[in-house]
Amino acid sequence: MIAESGPAVPAIEATGLGKRYGPVVAVESLDLRVTPGESVALFGPNGAGKSTLLQLCATLIRPTAGRLCLFGTNASSSDASALRRRIGFLSHQTFLYEHLTGLENLLFYARLYALPDPVSAALESIRAARLEHRRDDRVGSYSRGMQQRLAIARALMHRPDLLLLDEPFTGLDRPSHARLEATLEEERGAGRTCILATHDLGQGLRAADRVLVLADGRLLLDRAARGLDQGFLEALMTANSASGRAAS
Amino acid sequence: MNYWRAVLLVAARDLKVELRSREQAVTLLFFALLVLVVFNFAFDFTVIDFVTLGSGVLWVAFIFSGVLAISRSFQLEREQDRIQGILLAPIDRSAFYLGKVAATVLFMAAVEAIVVPVSVVMFNFRFSGRIALVVLELVLNTVGFAAVGTLFAAMTTRTRRGELLLPLLLFPAAVPVALAAVKTTTHLLAGRPFERYASWVALSAAYDLIFLAASVLLFDYVLED
Repeated sequence: MIAESGPAVPAIEATGLGKRYGPVVAVESLDLRVTPGESVALFGPNGAGKSTLLQLCATLIRPTAGRLCLFGTNASSSDASALRRRIGFLSHQTFLYEHLTGLENLLFYARLYALPDPVSAALESIRAARLEHRRDDRVGSYSRGMQQRLAIARALMHRPDLLLLDEPFTGLDRPSHARLEATLEEERGAGRTCILATHDLGQGLRAADRVLVLADGRLLLDRAARGLDQGFLEALMTANSASGRAAS
Repeated sequence: MNYWRAVLLVAARDLKVELRSREQAVTLLFFALLVLVVFNFAFDFTVIDFVTLGSGVLWVAFIFSGVLAISRSFQLEREQDRIQGILLAPIDRSAFYLGKVAATVLFMAAVEAIVVPVSVVMFNFRFSGRIALVVLELVLNTVGFAAVGTLFAAMTTRTRRGELLLPLLLFPAAVPVALAAVKTTTHLLAGRPFERYASWVALSAAYDLIFLAASVLLFDYVLED
């Protein structure tokens, strides 16, 4: 059974969370608590474990150690499929089918999520993405920015409580970048819990209430974003990657 | 979401993508027909009895085009990491598996529906009026091959050189269904009574049931890491 979310129930609660791929440690002994409505930026060099952590939170993979609860429910439990209804995931990959039209793509996902009125939900989402004029065109004919807008619409269509964003700005031009930033600001204003993994420190600091820095699968820093200096974060990550190289 | 609606949704999406792109249909059909033509050149069927080699020729065409169908089906999910989009959905993941099997069976059946009549003309043979048994045999063995192929394709889809790995894993596992298919077709071509090959048909049916049931139970774990 899925637990009801209230102010006392954290959106994410990880205790000693770990994920290994054979001998490779992707995430190690991670303790984390994210309250509903909180916006968190996740920083770290390549291979730090950011994507793995997001995939764990999205229930795409199971932890090999520790415990992960989403909205009070164990993410590894048999209720994981019901939990997924509350999760939206956006990465630089769009998950869209290029031979289907924009509307058909959204309809497919709306039906997959068993939304009560899939047609209305898809139409409303494509309108919100400002792609109504291209709704009957194949996604393969869309620009990268348009595809990403449609991907955002897909991720938000089922009104998820938890939004996981894995480098969503990759490959976007300046206007599309600004539009995505505005959408995320709206979602933040709507009280949605967001976790944004990005290499863009300035972007992450603007979008988040709290900052997490990962390195080699371990949590290096967990602090409020306010007052945090970009230079400090850069120095922290550079120092850590240098010591990591020396150790290896 | 209703389990069977999710199965239909996945299968219908695959069919719609294929109807739009027509990449798979052209490749599969061309490949299967090419196999028939090559065997037609390789063996003189005016001298060799078609009953001896015909079933092998047909199933080489079906199985190899089937591998292409399964491989292409998962290539579709690999591109743009679409498989993650499916895995994120609040559906039982085995519904995705059954949807993929259904779509593959339909693609292979479409190829068989063209290749069998073409080979009847090309090799001048007949199934002695046992059309219902021929259809049953084709369906049973196609389902078995698609069931095991889809499972292994899901296993290899996230690995490097997955397309190379797929036939290496699939062919040994598909030996029972390939054997049953060839034997049944040989008996059908020879016009022998059903009792002579009923055990092969039973083997095909058992293989389908075992692989479908095991795959439905295991698919969640297969996709994860």
